[in-house]
Amino acid sequence: MLFDLFNHWVVITLMMSGLYIVIAHGNLIKKIIGLSVFQTSVFIFYISMAKVDGGTAPILAENITQYSNPLPHVLILTAIVVGIATTALGLSLVVRIKEEYGSIEEDDIQQQDNQDLADSHLENKA
Amino acid sequence: MIAHLPILQVIIPLMAAPICLLFKRSQLVWLFSLIASGLAFIVSVLLLQQVMQSGVISYELGGWAPPWGIEYRIDKLNAFLLLIISGISTVVLFAAQASIEKEIVINKRIYFYVLYLLSLTGMLGIVATGDAFNVFVFLEISSLSAYALIALGKKRQALWASYQYLIMGTIGATFILIGIGLMYQMTGTLNMQDLSQRLPEVVHTRTVFAAFAFVIVGVCLKLAMFPLHFWLPNAYAYAPSIVTAFFAATATKVAVYLLIRFTFTVFGVSFSFTTLPLQTLFMSLGLLGIFIASVTAIYQNNVKHIFAFSSIAQIGYMIVGFSLSTVTGLTATLLHMFNHALMKGAIFLALAAIIYRLGNADLKNLQGLGRQMPLTMAAIVIGGLSLIGVPLTVGFVSKWYLLMALIEQDLWPIVVLILIGSMLAVIYVWRIVEVAYFKEPLDKNAPVKEAPLSFIIPIWTLVIANIYFGIDTRLSVQVAEAAAQSLFGASL
Repeated sequence: MLFDLFNHWVVITLMMSGLYIVIAHGNLIKKIIGLSVFQTSVFIFYISMAKVDGGTAPILAENITQYSNPLPHVLILTAIVVGIATTALGLSLVVRIKEEYGSIEEDDIQQQDNQDLADSHLENKA
Repeated sequence: MIAHLPILQVIIPLMAAPICLLFKRSQLVWLFSLIASGLAFIVSVLLLQQVMQSGVISYELGGWAPPWGIEYRIDKLNAFLLLIISGISTVVLFAAQASIEKEIVINKRIYFYVLYLLSLTGMLGIVATGDAFNVFVFLEISSLSAYALIALGKKRQALWASYQYLIMGTIGATFILIGIGLMYQMTGTLNMQDLSQRLPEVVHTRTVFAAFAFVIVGVCLKLAMFPLHFWLPNAYAYAPSIVTAFFAATATKVAVYLLIRFTFTVFGVSFSFTTLPLQTLFMSLGLLGIFIASVTAIYQNNVKHIFAFSSIAQIGYMIVGFSLSTVTGLTATLLHMFNHALMKGAIFLALAAIIYRLGNADLKNLQGLGRQMPLTMAAIVIGGLSLIGVPLTVGFVSKWYLLMALIEQDLWPIVVLILIGSMLAVIYVWRIVEVAYFKEPLDKNAPVKEAPLSFIIPIWTLVIANIYFGIDTRLSVQVAEAAAQSLFGASL
């Protein structure tokens, strides 16, 4: 019973560890990695959903009678592209953040932002 | 040509975006983007006309019949939304050239327009499509370009805000993707219309229940519904002013649209509002959003922050109307989407004009601006009155419908709470009025000049729309009511 849903266990494990990394880690790169793991779990979910036991690729040929559902596989190609775009954009943002703040730790950045805000408040009073 | 309107709506800005890269001068790109957005607006007007006359338009992409092919399905609800999005986008773009001259470095201006048009494409696509997976794709098109647009902001905080938005937005979109996958698993279809017919057969399964939960949470993240709103204030405050004006007026409306589309059309009213205590949940979260965000807005020192928090509060009103799940409640929500786009568009464009002259939008710098930039400040005041819900402005119309919907259900305590919530808006609008009109200018020797015409024209177009639709409510109310009725009609 448990083994029947092996794919789903993989999906859930990856999904939860991915989300956990995003939430728990303060390092911006680790967050992006967590996000990627999270997204990957969804890819596996779609792919395993469409797989038919013993099925091959959906090709029109004489001896092929059983084949997997191609649609979710194609859908996930799109989602993979989206995932890559997100990761690339996220990482390039991290590069820019490192240039501007000199750090990629969430706490550091937040602290610097708070400092900036406090400075401008002081200006307000002056 | 007329038969292809639904796809033209999306394809015009999509094709225009890469073409922008061919131009060398940013003025030309601006003109080109303005034309593209204007064309999209004309298409949306034609679509709305057609839908109001002859009902739902179904467009088969590439000639593949739904549910196998992707279908663009334009009914009254999306036609209304398409009109809001493309209209606001065009008006806002009008002021873009002058505004980004001050806010974006010269070699990035062309990319600004590319991203802007892509973001517009994404939003129009989300609304136009009748295919659940297509929604995800367009959602990511609009979000990815939105992250980049926000990161173009002048201050370094923009980068951090954009990063946070990216994390939250991606989690939200992936949740929606999971939900769509679960739905596909149960029904074998992605077409929304087809889904709505096949889901009832399997409605009792836990899978559908999980799909519903994932979709709703994902959409609420995008919606910035309280308490999932933390990405919004900084993203709006540090983005380039034009981007803020565009997103504040449209982006959250698209998310509200998705919420309505999924709950009413795809899952159906009876499932959506009975399996989960959605009514109580959304009602209380909506009200909490109104109060907490309004009170936070009162304590902000940056005017952009004030109105960003006010946006979260206004989303609260839409959620309250939605949570009633009655025709009047939904009409109020739809009206408020239209009206809020008009007010926030006007206010944030006026702020863009102020930033054009002052370089920032700190409250203290607004001293005496009432006399120095009378037209711009007057626009903020009228927009603010509209936020409060003063009669003769659009804000009054939607509040009125919301209160009627609540009274219909005998929810008197909520009526009182909504009225008190509106009073909170008086406080934060008054803070701005006080500084701008009752304090002496900071530097009398160097008076600030009124904003240039390229700002005044779009700002006042929106302000006049604010007043016009506050008095002559025929168009907005008629369309919103018809859309709300058709949503309930489809599900009964």
